[in-house]
Parts: sequence; structure tokens; C-alpha cells
Amino acid sequence: MSSIEERVKKIVAEQLGVKEEDVKPEASFVEDLGADSLDTVELVMALEEEFETEIPDEEAEKITTVQLAIDYIKENLG
Amino acid sequence: MVGPLGNTLDENWSGVLAGKSGAAPIESFDVSAFSTRFAATVKNFDPTPYMPEKEARKMDVFLQYGMVAGIQAVEDSGLEVSETDAPRVGACIGSGMGGIAAIENNAMLIAEKGPRRVSPFFVPGAIINMVAGNLSIKYGMKGPNLSTTTACTTGTHAIGLGLRTIQYGDADVMVCGGAEMVTTPVGLGGFCAARALSTRNDDPQAASRPWDRDRDGFVLGEGAGVLVLEEYERAVARGAKIYAELTGFGMSGDAFHMTSPPENGAGAALSMQNALRDAELNAGDVQYINAHGTSTPLGDKAEIAAVHSVFGSAADKIAVSSTKSMTGHLLGAAGAIEAIFSVLALRDQVAPPTINLDNPDEACKGVNLVPMEAQAMSIDAVLSNSFGFGGTNGSLIFRRA
Repeated sequence: MSSIEERVKKIVAEQLGVKEEDVKPEASFVEDLGADSLDTVELVMALEEEFETEIPDEEAEKITTVQLAIDYIKENLG
Repeated sequence: MVGPLGNTLDENWSGVLAGKSGAAPIESFDVSAFSTRFAATVKNFDPTPYMPEKEARKMDVFLQYGMVAGIQAVEDSGLEVSETDAPRVGACIGSGMGGIAAIENNAMLIAEKGPRRVSPFFVPGAIINMVAGNLSIKYGMKGPNLSTTTACTTGTHAIGLGLRTIQYGDADVMVCGGAEMVTTPVGLGGFCAARALSTRNDDPQAASRPWDRDRDGFVLGEGAGVLVLEEYERAVARGAKIYAELTGFGMSGDAFHMTSPPENGAGAALSMQNALRDAELNAGDVQYINAHGTSTPLGDKAEIAAVHSVFGSAADKIAVSSTKSMTGHLLGAAGAIEAIFSVLALRDQVAPPTINLDNPDEACKGVNLVPMEAQAMSIDAVLSNSFGFGGTNGSLIFRRA
């Protein structure tokens, strides 16, 4: 089983159509990885699917970088 | 053009001239419970040479077909949209049913997993006007951005509306056409239930047989056709490759029945008359008609009756063929691909054939239906017909440029 970091990076790369090596922890979905508002909604949905969890909208809005996504998953799946 | 005979204009046109059928068994979903189990589908389609995979994923297949056809058309036209020109360049590209596959998939997703699983791209990826919308974004076309939805007349009306937009002075260039993909359980099921489709499951390639006495319904097709209309002087000034001149557009309504035309084809006749008047042509001036000719028992007969009533004694000199015998019926894209075939008929001075016409229906005689093989002929003006559910009719007339 891959680590949470690897799984998040893979999903971000797939969803946003970017290379996995560009998915750095500090990368912002909108500013660095070219996502628009709809892309970020779909990205959160993909994370929910992958980690079989539900991310409330008010939490989802705060997940703006790769690291924030990893942190959220770690905290809420622990 | 993306169609049942290929994913480029040349493949479709050479297929049509060679009399090839695009019909085949449906393999994309389980069709065993359907009364019709074949269609004229698009084969080996790959949108990624035209757009990133990430973009393609956000679009229903009909949008992908429309975008690919649109990009091909714009590139072929040599059109370049500068910042000054942008407000004068528009698009009008329709679809009969839009993103049926996306609607189906998301409805099932809601039933299985609840509303939170609906994609944020579902709406922009399914609505009908998004070929025109996405193309305008790609090329920076800031002129009128439109879409038509008039069942099987959609593509014809889109081109006619594009013509009017230019004639009225709202734009100088309009990228026009139609896109369709309803080869899905709901789409197929709906047309099966309406008893509109041929059930010749044992021989799909012989199923679309307009005007033949053994015809038993249309063959569902899919794909997209897009062409570029440009104000004549502007096109000449930039040295554009001009295929033909669009000189006439006519419309009418049957005011008769949801899905059937009146036997005498009065609505079809009115549409053709209106197009002739608009083009300032007489009946004897048209040499080729690309018919609606879907291979339905009633519709085919009504259209020929309409041709006789409009063209009178000139009818016996006109070639009338149905390219749907090869492509199947592309619904909202039909008028678009057939307008393009009409333009190429002018360019190449050839009438494409009506295949599978083994035994012409007695009621459809008296005109040259171009049976089985294309006919080289002198063509100055072509008329292209489309008629749709709801009794909505449209006719276009193209002339040699």
C-alpha cells in the first residue's frame, strides 16, 4: 500500500492533468497547478472516493495546497 | 467532420462516394434486450490530438465530436481570429439531444451513491451550447455564440441561422454545425420505443435503405459536422479557400403530428420553396438534392411527393440521393454533415449515391435517386433538406462559388 502522500499526489496529478513530479507539497492547486474552481471541487470528490471519506464543504474550501490535502486526510483518517 | 465513415472530412467523403456503410453492431453496452442492436457509430475516436485528456474528460462525447469537427473546420479555413476581428467572429453549433450519456451516468450515480457524487463538470459537460462555447474559448471568438435544438433539423437550422447572422450584419464569420451522440441505453431505448429504427439486426449495413420498398426505419448515427461561413467579400479579400456559396435558407413547420409528416410532404415543400425564393432560383436551376431520406416508410414517400410538388416537370432532371443510406441518421448533426456533402458535391461535380436501393418503392419513382453508385454530373446548385420531430423543416441551397 502506497503512503497517503503518494496516493494524494497521484490523484492530484490525474485530476489536474499535471506530471506527478510537479505535484510538490507546497503547490497550490489554483496558482501552481492550473486548477479552476470546478477542478478543485472535483479534486476533493476524487479524494473522498479514494479515501472513502466525506469532506464537508467548509473544510474542502480550506484545502488549497497538496500539503493541506495530505494533512487533512492524515488527521481525519487517523 | 467526425462520422460513421471516419474521423476526418476526407475519410467520410471518400467513404460516401465509394458507397460504404458505416453501420455495425453496437458494442459499447449490452444491447441484447433492445429491438435494434446496431448503429452507425463513430469508430476509433481519439480526441487527444485536439485537446488535452484532462479537457476531454470534462466533455460528453457529443461535445468531443463537435470540438474535433470544429477545430478541423477552423484550421481548414485558415481563419485567424485577431483581437480586432474577434467581435465579428461567432459560432452556431447545435445538438438534438445533447449530453444524454452524461445525464444517464450522473442519474445512475445519484441513485447508487447520492447527490454528492455528481461531477461539477456535469452541467458544462452536457449542455447543448457547449460546442459553440468551448470553440469560442479556444479561438477567442467574441461574436454571437449560439446553438440550435430542432431535432433532426438542428444542423441545417444552425447553418441557416449562421447565414442570417452574417446577412443581418451581426457577424462576418460564423462557425456552424451540429454534434450528436445518443448511442446509449436511454437514447437507443427511446428511438426503439418510438418504432423509428430499422430492426434489420442480421444485416446492419443493408438496414438504411431510403426509398427501397423493404425499408423499415432509420439507422441511428453519431458524429459531428462543422463548417465555416464567411461574408463573401471578406473571404475573397483574405484569399480564403472558398468551397461554395450559401445562397438560400428556407424553413417551415408541418403543424401536423409529433413524429410523422403529412403524406403529401406539404411542410417539406414549403421549406424547399422558401429556400428557392431566398436563393432567387427557379425549380429548374437545382441539379442535386441531398435529401433528408431517413429510410422510414412515411418520411421517404412524403419527401419525394414534396420534390414533385415543388419541382414539377423539372423533377425528372434532378438527382436526389440520401447519404443517410451510408452514414445512418446523425439527428442533430445530420443537416451539418449533409450540408458539407452538398458543398463537396458541388466542388467535385458528383452526386453521392443512395446505397441499398435494390427495389425502389413505386411511390418514390419519377426522380433519379442515384442508386448504388455516385454519378458524375454538372452541378451549379444543390439543395439540402432536413426534417425533424415536431414537424420542423429546413432547407439550404449552395451554389458554385
